[in-house]
Amino acid sequence: MTEGNGRPLLEINNLKKYFRVGRETLKAVDGISLKINRGETLGLVGESGCGKTTAGRVLVRLYEPSGGEVLFGGKNVHRTAGEEAKLLNRKMQMIFQDPQASLNPRMIVGDIVAEGLDIHGLVSSRQERLERVHELLEVVGLNKDHANRYPHEFSGGQRQRIGIARALAVYPEFIICDEPVSALDVSIRAQVINLMRRLQEERGLTYLFISHDLSVVKYISDRVGVMYLGKIVELASSDELYNNPVHPYTQALLSAVPVPDPDVEQERERIVLEGEVPSPVNPPSGCRFRTRCPYVTEACGREEPVWRDVGNDHWVLACHCIH
Amino acid sequence: MSVDSILEVKDLRISFSTHAGEVEAVRGVTFDLRNGETLAIVGESGSGKSVTAKSLMRLLPEANTRIKGGEAIFEGQDLLKLSEKRMQGIRGPKIAMVFQDPMTSLDPTMKVGRQITESLTKHLGMSGSCARERAVELLKMVGIPNAEARVRQYPHQFSGGMRQRVVIAIALACDPQILIADEPSTALDVTIQAQILELLRDLQERIGTSIILITHDLGVVAQTARRVAVMYGGKIVETGTVREIFYNPQMPYTWGLLASIPLPTADRSQDLIPIPGSPPDMLEPPKGCPFTPRCPYAMQICAEEMPDYTTFSAEHKAACWLHHPMAPDVEPPVRVRGTQ
Repeated sequence: MTEGNGRPLLEINNLKKYFRVGRETLKAVDGISLKINRGETLGLVGESGCGKTTAGRVLVRLYEPSGGEVLFGGKNVHRTAGEEAKLLNRKMQMIFQDPQASLNPRMIVGDIVAEGLDIHGLVSSRQERLERVHELLEVVGLNKDHANRYPHEFSGGQRQRIGIARALAVYPEFIICDEPVSALDVSIRAQVINLMRRLQEERGLTYLFISHDLSVVKYISDRVGVMYLGKIVELASSDELYNNPVHPYTQALLSAVPVPDPDVEQERERIVLEGEVPSPVNPPSGCRFRTRCPYVTEACGREEPVWRDVGNDHWVLACHCIH
Repeated sequence: MSVDSILEVKDLRISFSTHAGEVEAVRGVTFDLRNGETLAIVGESGSGKSVTAKSLMRLLPEANTRIKGGEAIFEGQDLLKLSEKRMQGIRGPKIAMVFQDPMTSLDPTMKVGRQITESLTKHLGMSGSCARERAVELLKMVGIPNAEARVRQYPHQFSGGMRQRVVIAIALACDPQILIADEPSTALDVTIQAQILELLRDLQERIGTSIILITHDLGVVAQTARRVAVMYGGKIVETGTVREIFYNPQMPYTWGLLASIPLPTADRSQDLIPIPGSPPDMLEPPKGCPFTPRCPYAMQICAEEMPDYTTFSAEHKAACWLHHPMAPDVEPPVRVRGTQ
């Protein structure tokens, strides 16, 4: 699953992103560290407000971080400027959740896909530009005739394919996929997932796959990180995480996902969490999960859990109940 | 139709007039709902599942909706033909509905307590103080902590999951016989979804309400439903008990749905089996089986004529030409047979 050629493609060290909310500070991402290897898919799961989308947006410099650093191929992405920054923009692309909102409704598909080609000067003639657009549309399963149409003429699944073609146009190495299939119908979802997997294989792409859909994340990711209130609470290979979840939040999250199998569902013991995710403006002290944790003790409010390996490269933000 | 049916829908047909022409959203839907059961209606966007549900509540915009045929019999009367006045005596006290987005179904300018007491005073003729007490009781029943204070708050002061609980409390205020839940947990996070689904199940056990659950999530179906109706292109293409639909599906669209979702036990080296193409355009609905253009087993007859239902058990039937004696034998995809 990893090539292990020395250093990872992307290194995130103690990344933080805070927002000012009136007089208070909202800690959307509060110190996450990750390494993403070339050619792998890292899944990031969590509930709304856990900071997964913010984390993705900081990586591509849509936001400046409040602390920590992001190294892409050894370069600090937030310390680059000019040509160097432009090159990073080309290598790191993003696919968004809502294909309706992320495609300019006044541009024809050909221009949407070619925008990156123009900006980065990747084509030298109109003819070459056109050929490249046609080729990209075919790669994502559309056809040449689609280049002259507007986004509204397409279905949701087709629009998501246009978004993928746009991202691919500039020969990226790393693509952040923020809920890329969540807005699609089940029967269309599998088409797009298969397409993304095929492209990864053919082009050696590296994905950060952000989603709240745990079944999809498990299926597509080599490793999965679970976020809760701005922190990663558990990180392991996909199978390891799903077969052997250690953190009480991961356990509850996995047990909450309904399985499309009535017999399994009937016998399942579900851990139903009480309450809801607390506000990231004033997160609980100590372990952030303690307000909903079934194993909470008095000490949880005082002791800061520590990030450690429980074996098999399975990392967890461990508190007293994890040995 | 069985004796303990509480609602019988027969050959329902609904169209919308649009500038582009007539959209045939529902094209002959027949089903019944039994006392105390949960019936799931599954389908993709545009399959007609929400339109079917809304028509039972008579919530479709009158200006451009045309009920072209069919009936929905509840307590001996046809819901589709009742006067608006009579309908008001049913909508709320007897049949209630919960929508996907709790924010849009609550009035942002009205305190939560008033939104609950409204139907109590109107339909049950309760006095103000009596209704207020009952409102607190209902909020407690749906698991809202600190209910006495919460009744005096506005919807924006509640989180998404809590708002959905309020909506459910309003729906259940008059102990309705039928609850129609249209994607009740889709907008919510999984841990909150688990709470809401458990709440619905608890309430059903306690109050005995029959539930029509509309969803696209087969996991939710497996978890909550007793019977399932699969909708495609404005028709019910297969219906049966939840076990029959998941373990012995008889129609290629149902096979496709089951094979295209990643199971937790799925082998990641294998591709998902997607359903090719996209759903039909209901402006020009196909003449035959609506699934024909996407069906890997389609035959000539499929495009020409809609098949009749073939019955497999007391509950289980599917509309597919593959079950005609002259059709070739077809094995469903391995993934489907192996769901166990």
